Amino acid sequence: MGMTMTQKILAAHAGLETVEAGQLINASLDEVLGNDITTPVAINEFKKAGFDKVFDNTRINIVLDHFVPNKDIKAAEQSKQCRDFANAHGIVNFFDVGEMGIEHALLPEKGIVTAGDCIIGADSHTCTYGALGAFSTGVGSTDMAAGMATGKCWFKVPAAIRIVLTGALHPAVSGKDLILHIIGKIGVDGALYKSMEFTGPGVASLSMDDRLSVCNMAVEAGAKNGIFPVDEVTVAYLTGRSQRPWTVYEADEDAVYDETIEICLDELEPTVSWPHLPENTKPASQGKEIKIDQVVIGSCTNGRLEDMEAAWKILKGKHVAKGVRAIIIPATMAIYRECLVRGWTTDFVDAGCVVSTPTCGPCLGGYMGILAEGERCVSTTNRNFVGRMGHVKSEVYLASPATAAASALTGYITDPRTI
Amino acid sequence: MEATGFVHKYPDNVDTDVIIPARYLNTPDAKELAAHCMEDIDPEFIHKVQKGDIIVGGANFGCGSSREHAPLAIKTAGVSCVIAATFARIFYRNSINIGLPILECPAASAAIQNGDKVKVDFDTGVITDETTGETFQAQPFPPFIQNIIQAGGLMNSIAE
Repeated sequence: MGMTMTQKILAAHAGLETVEAGQLINASLDEVLGNDITTPVAINEFKKAGFDKVFDNTRINIVLDHFVPNKDIKAAEQSKQCRDFANAHGIVNFFDVGEMGIEHALLPEKGIVTAGDCIIGADSHTCTYGALGAFSTGVGSTDMAAGMATGKCWFKVPAAIRIVLTGALHPAVSGKDLILHIIGKIGVDGALYKSMEFTGPGVASLSMDDRLSVCNMAVEAGAKNGIFPVDEVTVAYLTGRSQRPWTVYEADEDAVYDETIEICLDELEPTVSWPHLPENTKPASQGKEIKIDQVVIGSCTNGRLEDMEAAWKILKGKHVAKGVRAIIIPATMAIYRECLVRGWTTDFVDAGCVVSTPTCGPCLGGYMGILAEGERCVSTTNRNFVGRMGHVKSEVYLASPATAAASALTGYITDPRTI
Repeated sequence: MEATGFVHKYPDNVDTDVIIPARYLNTPDAKELAAHCMEDIDPEFIHKVQKGDIIVGGANFGCGSSREHAPLAIKTAGVSCVIAATFARIFYRNSINIGLPILECPAASAAIQNGDKVKVDFDTGVITDETTGETFQAQPFPPFIQNIIQAGGLMNSIAE
């Protein structure tokens, strides 16, 4: 019986010739990741279990991104605990203020994660790196602690859903619209415990930033991971960037899939998830009645350079609607700098936006854009659960950077093709 | 191993943001986290929960963030077990890893009502609703996972 791409990567990392869905395995890890929220719990578990050495100080990544520059004293204590641990163990990939970025934008950008890898991260959006052709999944802090100590992690080998893409996206439609469309179609548990394996002739038309957005939100359909095949786009992205040689895995022709979903990219339109679940999708064009108070453009889902460019193209030379607070957050320092060099930051500010240094801040209701009771936000982030961005009676509408920027200009949910 | 307690029942898709809102994630302290457990879905929960009580959820319980703070808050609040139709996968493995007993049982999730007194036998997977007399059979854990649970969590099992 053939294996999926995910199953092949897992088999190779478990030292097995073949694996099948449902099998429990112990796999070797190429990279282990944590952030300023999840790492402190992992450090406590690591110490409590009596470990005093990490398995490899070059394979552990600690990124301070959720609450930095620190929002309060307690958050500062958590960052300090991460910093002290990183110093004590000589963690090479420790990223503090000034060089940090949002973890899932930063690790691919720096070439730390690469095709064929097996990666765990104590953050649910670790599934992002599937865009590079890696197996990558979110875990908890205890898994991170065990991964730091042993370089291994237990997995149940997932079954898979195959998503066959044809056609190409309309210029105002992005990878974000594609993944929102998929979640709307299969539901927030439609891929529970499974991999989402993307394939088909439409893959070639998706940029790496699109693919990273798509895989980032695989978890919002309950998936263990999302994964794209390695093609010319991947190789062009990894060349000169990947810090390690990469390995290309391909699904067997007779691989078994629980389900196959076909999506014609030409047919997709700008899509928005209404509160309070990512599966509540509608076309952006149906949002004219939804008046908004805030727009957030950023996050591990949509804070990359193409996202900034999509927002800039719509906002330059215009001004956000009166009463709308527009917050733009480039996801890494390199993207932040590029926005400065290209003059986009000036255009954002002239349009009435604020531009922040990288942080997860508002996405999870941490800081930098908390909503009051009854307020509404169009956000390029990944979750619109009750209270996600502030008050339990506030509302988050998930959208692409183009839709968010267009909505900032009008003050209501707006299809970017109408601007 | 057994647990008996009163049920706090919740719907489908209970996410980790309502189990422990991110505004409280500036500390890893389990007791501080437990004080805000379920706050954004049921602000009364923490005032009415008794040691040994059981949470019953619907499908996809614990979806969203990887925060282990969520099962940790539930466990530290005194909850002995979570029963759901299905669990989101990171919540599922986090619960096993920290030693919070969880059981997947769609029939029990559908039938058991808020306030019922329920007994759970973890060795057999049998769930008894003592209020109605109904019994349900949950899927037992595979031996690999039972070993983690018996060791008292993942860190103990790998330290062995």
